[in-house]
Amino acid sequence: MKRKTSYSRLVVRGLVYLVAVLIALWILIPIYLITIAAFSPKDVIYSWPKSLFPQTISLETLKFFVSAQYVLPSLRNSVVVALLTLVISLVIGAPAGYALARYIFRGKDIFRIMILSTRAFPIVILSIPLAVTFMKWGLYDNLISVAILHVAMALPTTILVTSSVFVGVSKELEEAATVFGCSRVQAFTRVALPLALPGLAASAIFTFVLSWNEVFAATILTLQNRTLPARLFIQLAASPLPFRFAGGFFILIPAITFMFFIRRYLFSLWGITLK
Amino acid sequence: MNLKRFNWEPYLLLLPSALYLVFFLAWPMFQAFGLAFQADDGHLTLDYMQRMFSDVMFSAALINTVKLIIAIVPLQFILALVMALLMMERLRGSDILVYIYSIPLAISDLAAGIIWFSIFTQRGYLNSLLYGLGVLDKPFLFLNYQSNWPFAAIVLAEVWRATSIVFVILVAGLQSIPRDYAEAAEVFGANWFTRVWRVTLPLLRPSIQTALILRTILAVQMFAVVVAIAGRGMTVLANEAYRWYSEYRSPHLAATYAMFILVISLGTAFIYLRALRVKEEMVL
Repeated sequence: MKRKTSYSRLVVRGLVYLVAVLIALWILIPIYLITIAAFSPKDVIYSWPKSLFPQTISLETLKFFVSAQYVLPSLRNSVVVALLTLVISLVIGAPAGYALARYIFRGKDIFRIMILSTRAFPIVILSIPLAVTFMKWGLYDNLISVAILHVAMALPTTILVTSSVFVGVSKELEEAATVFGCSRVQAFTRVALPLALPGLAASAIFTFVLSWNEVFAATILTLQNRTLPARLFIQLAASPLPFRFAGGFFILIPAITFMFFIRRYLFSLWGITLK
Repeated sequence: MNLKRFNWEPYLLLLPSALYLVFFLAWPMFQAFGLAFQADDGHLTLDYMQRMFSDVMFSAALINTVKLIIAIVPLQFILALVMALLMMERLRGSDILVYIYSIPLAISDLAAGIIWFSIFTQRGYLNSLLYGLGVLDKPFLFLNYQSNWPFAAIVLAEVWRATSIVFVILVAGLQSIPRDYAEAAEVFGANWFTRVWRVTLPLLRPSIQTALILRTILAVQMFAVVVAIAGRGMTVLANEAYRWYSEYRSPHLAATYAMFILVISLGTAFIYLRALRVKEEMVL
């Protein structure tokens, strides 16, 4: 077998790096563009041609967005809904994840397949009947109703992710704790839980982002108490360009920031194997 | 021998989730069924379905949704595969690359729509760039709904935003394949393309199936991206469900559209489950 010359190997290696960098740019450039749009003053946003390397940075557009009616209340609504979603799905989902990770029991496979099949359940189909139901219950336009729906959307993923977190925490450590006199519950709270905490936090952050980003259900279920994406979506067509760009930037940034914190968990959490 | 005592613990732990999913996932689904096939006085009817099928926007919404899926999903798959294979090359700085490649996981469809709108709009960045390069001397109206440009912009926005999930699934799948196979193939003289085509891809099939079907199901309910870029110039199925609910105040027709989306999704999910059963080592 002939070895390739080191020269052509070098060229291939260079090309591989080139492709990798080009793909990174493909992802980063649109983020850069919305950022410079959000930091441009109004007259620049309306001008043409725009500079791709703006000389002036201005907070005018972002201030205009934040001071617009409804924006701050809907920002608060978004945070409330996302926090509710995060807490409820973790409280309900983590025990199920733990059960899937630790026990062998009849019906486990069926449960897991049901969870898997609901993972991509269309939010559209939940939103409309639940809107009708919440109307009857007097929960329409209430943030709780949005959170309830977001939990239904996030729960299957939470269960799968927390299950893989607990699989990663050695069962032997928990058993050792019981040998040394801990009860079953103590073994969990004192040994397994602290070890699982970073993974659970990553799962919680992901749930937060899921809820923060959701548009369809939030728009259907609310009227006055809109979340930020719902508010932005409703007003989009009637909004001036600076409002749109600042709004897009505004919902983008927290998502990217949170992603940075959970980057280490990406594959260990979302590359969940069935076995 | 003692019979092992029945262990209630796992069932107790699963109970809250199971109840929640029954109440807020399964039950609404039945209600949607009721809304779609039951008139207000309670008798069964196919009126809503007939009205949906004869609605002027229905065929446009269906055709657009299907066209978008056909355009988007294969592109996402190829791009994600290239990205995932790059990660296997042990590049310097691959930590940063992984982070950058997965950023779009956290980006909402609405934000992605607005971002690509800022690029394609008349006084947007694409027109500015083309002017700077001397290709255009005045702004071109890309988002003119009589052209194919809004469609192209939506495809780009979705490929930009939602390729990451395919990428993550494929990388996780690649990591679970022992390197020995590819190394053995290399020893026997297989070049890079042969190794990828004959060894890696067949072993990766479970992940590929999962990723493709998951993406297809999510693409069936595409919504905010389309509205943010094309406005009223183009419609999709989820958008019609939204409009029937919010604008025409008809939960019945909205639910009928939702049922239609569910049927398409279930069709795909069925394949998804079949694929899961066949391959136990399936990566999710």
